[in-house]
Amino acid sequence: MSAATLAPGTTPAQADRSLPRRNFLRDTRIVLVRELRPVVRDPFSLVFGLVQPLVFLGLFGPLLAGSAGETLGGDVWLWFVPAVLAMTTLFGTSVTGSNLQLDLSSGVHERMLVTPLSRPAQLVGRALKEMVPIVAQSAVVIVVMLPFGLRPDPIGAVLTLLQLAVLGVGVGSLSYALALAVRKQEWMFWVVQQTVLFPVMLLSGMLLPLETGPAWMRAVSSVNPLRYVVDSGRAAFAGDLLSSAVAWGWVAAVATAVLGLAVGVRAMIRSAD
Amino acid sequence: MIRTRALTKDFVVGRTQTVHAVRGISLDVEPGELVAVLGPNGAGKTTTLRMLTTLIPPTAGTAEVAGYDVVAHPDRVRAAIGYVGQGGAAGASQLVRDELVTQGEIYGLDRRRARDRANELLEALDLTEQADRKVESLSGGQKRRLDVAVGLVHEPSLLFLDEPSTGLDPHNRANLWEHILRMRTAAAEPMTIVLTTHYLDEADTFAERVIVVDHGQVIADDTADALKAELAGDLVTLRVAPEHAAALAAVAERAPGTRSVRVETSGEAGREASTVEIRTADGPGATPGLLRAADGAGLQVSRVDVARPTLDDVFLGLTGRSLRETAVVDTPGVEPLETGEHPTGEHSTSEDTTKKEVLA
Repeated sequence: MSAATLAPGTTPAQADRSLPRRNFLRDTRIVLVRELRPVVRDPFSLVFGLVQPLVFLGLFGPLLAGSAGETLGGDVWLWFVPAVLAMTTLFGTSVTGSNLQLDLSSGVHERMLVTPLSRPAQLVGRALKEMVPIVAQSAVVIVVMLPFGLRPDPIGAVLTLLQLAVLGVGVGSLSYALALAVRKQEWMFWVVQQTVLFPVMLLSGMLLPLETGPAWMRAVSSVNPLRYVVDSGRAAFAGDLLSSAVAWGWVAAVATAVLGLAVGVRAMIRSAD
Repeated sequence: MIRTRALTKDFVVGRTQTVHAVRGISLDVEPGELVAVLGPNGAGKTTTLRMLTTLIPPTAGTAEVAGYDVVAHPDRVRAAIGYVGQGGAAGASQLVRDELVTQGEIYGLDRRRARDRANELLEALDLTEQADRKVESLSGGQKRRLDVAVGLVHEPSLLFLDEPSTGLDPHNRANLWEHILRMRTAAAEPMTIVLTTHYLDEADTFAERVIVVDHGQVIADDTADALKAELAGDLVTLRVAPEHAAALAAVAERAPGTRSVRVETSGEAGREASTVEIRTADGPGATPGLLRAADGAGLQVSRVDVARPTLDDVFLGLTGRSLRETAVVDTPGVEPLETGEHPTGEHSTSEDTTKKEVLA
């Protein structure tokens, strides 16, 4: 086999044909807008995501008020609603990788990879889209709970929604990374997702206070970023905006987002092999 | 337009096993050519295409597409080529027009120009009525036309089509091809098209050049007519009483231009009929001589058929296997990514056992 030495004249003057530089933000916007179109056109999918939080509020909330009301002290809703919002974020964004699985098994992902579209933008655009359902669903839950006596600090509520949106970008990215990592055994996606989801949820003190749990549980939960976001939401809803709980919540949410995006972008760049 | 040298792809599938999907393919495709890459499933067609479209890097060798090396300048290659993969390119929950507009924006068109281009393509590919429908509501033929439209948004000078008409009925296949060929000539400079297919008639009818790939290597490369004349030859079929079959085969073996002869006997016991199949360079020219020779030997031929060869005959002549049979045998459970793993000899089991080669 002879080496591929190019005969003169067969290569176009490469320097002359300049390629317009890819604009990462523009690429991200293209991906984001494409991902949002079906959500906006068919908001029913968002309504579906509201069923679960409302079930927990309607069927678990009263039990909580009855059994743990004493321990929690004060307003049970201020304690439980931020947790339910975090739960909705976790459930909604951790399954989003399955959307990418659809695109992997059809030719959509492959089509995007053959275009000059920036690969990191293909991940970031998808991850940013997660913010929209989180904010929309959380806002609806808060409004629905107002007649039942929920009175959150308005600024605290807004800040919590933003924090959850940031967390959701991270969890969504990790979900996409998982979908890409297991693309040759698709069923693995759900095995991993379910295996991780419930421990993370229970070890965040979402449903019942961790303070009453054993010491080892509290120790394990201290490395669970979700725990800090849940605590931050509770503090913010109660109007404690400058507390260290809120600060740690931001640290945890941003750290999750940074880690998720890094892992996700890496997985996306390698996704053609 | 395409230039590959010793292009190779190995897949490591286990600790000890490596699949050699593409084994040193060297190809040149000139601007404006319409080339079909033909071969059974697993031959390495799709893997080759995936390397040429920058989806996977070669293990060894080089490939230059639209003037750029696929490894050194993947972005330039991507900007220049159009690609219609095996799977659907459009998202199920997206609207038809939106997908085309998005694709235009990806290639740098502003929103207004992307919309204009989308409308142009919708018109050209008969999808205007479906423009505001969800992709999932389209029929198979409409979906495939949309895939082609998506691949053509940026007016690429080179279009790759990976099994473009698989799964379409004959009517839709013809319709798709009509559109593809029209788009090809509508371009300012005729678009170069490289397609993979295992539909023999598709390669035969539409491609100006056929590259036959088997076990990751190019085993033939020419126009369909030249391949047929050189590698297969015409098929003359003579029907004869079973007791005369062997004698007629012997006569045919001696006739000028004969390449191979085989005898087939079928029918119920007592009412069998035999056919003697003769591969020859020039069937219509050889037949009168064959008949005179048969008469001279006292052999009664009851029926004569002269057939031009198909590309399947070419493949059979090259590999001893039928492309049709291998394709059917291998289709179930084939992964979208071809692995090129085909132990030799696997296909011999599918040979028709009633056929036996008669050698002089």
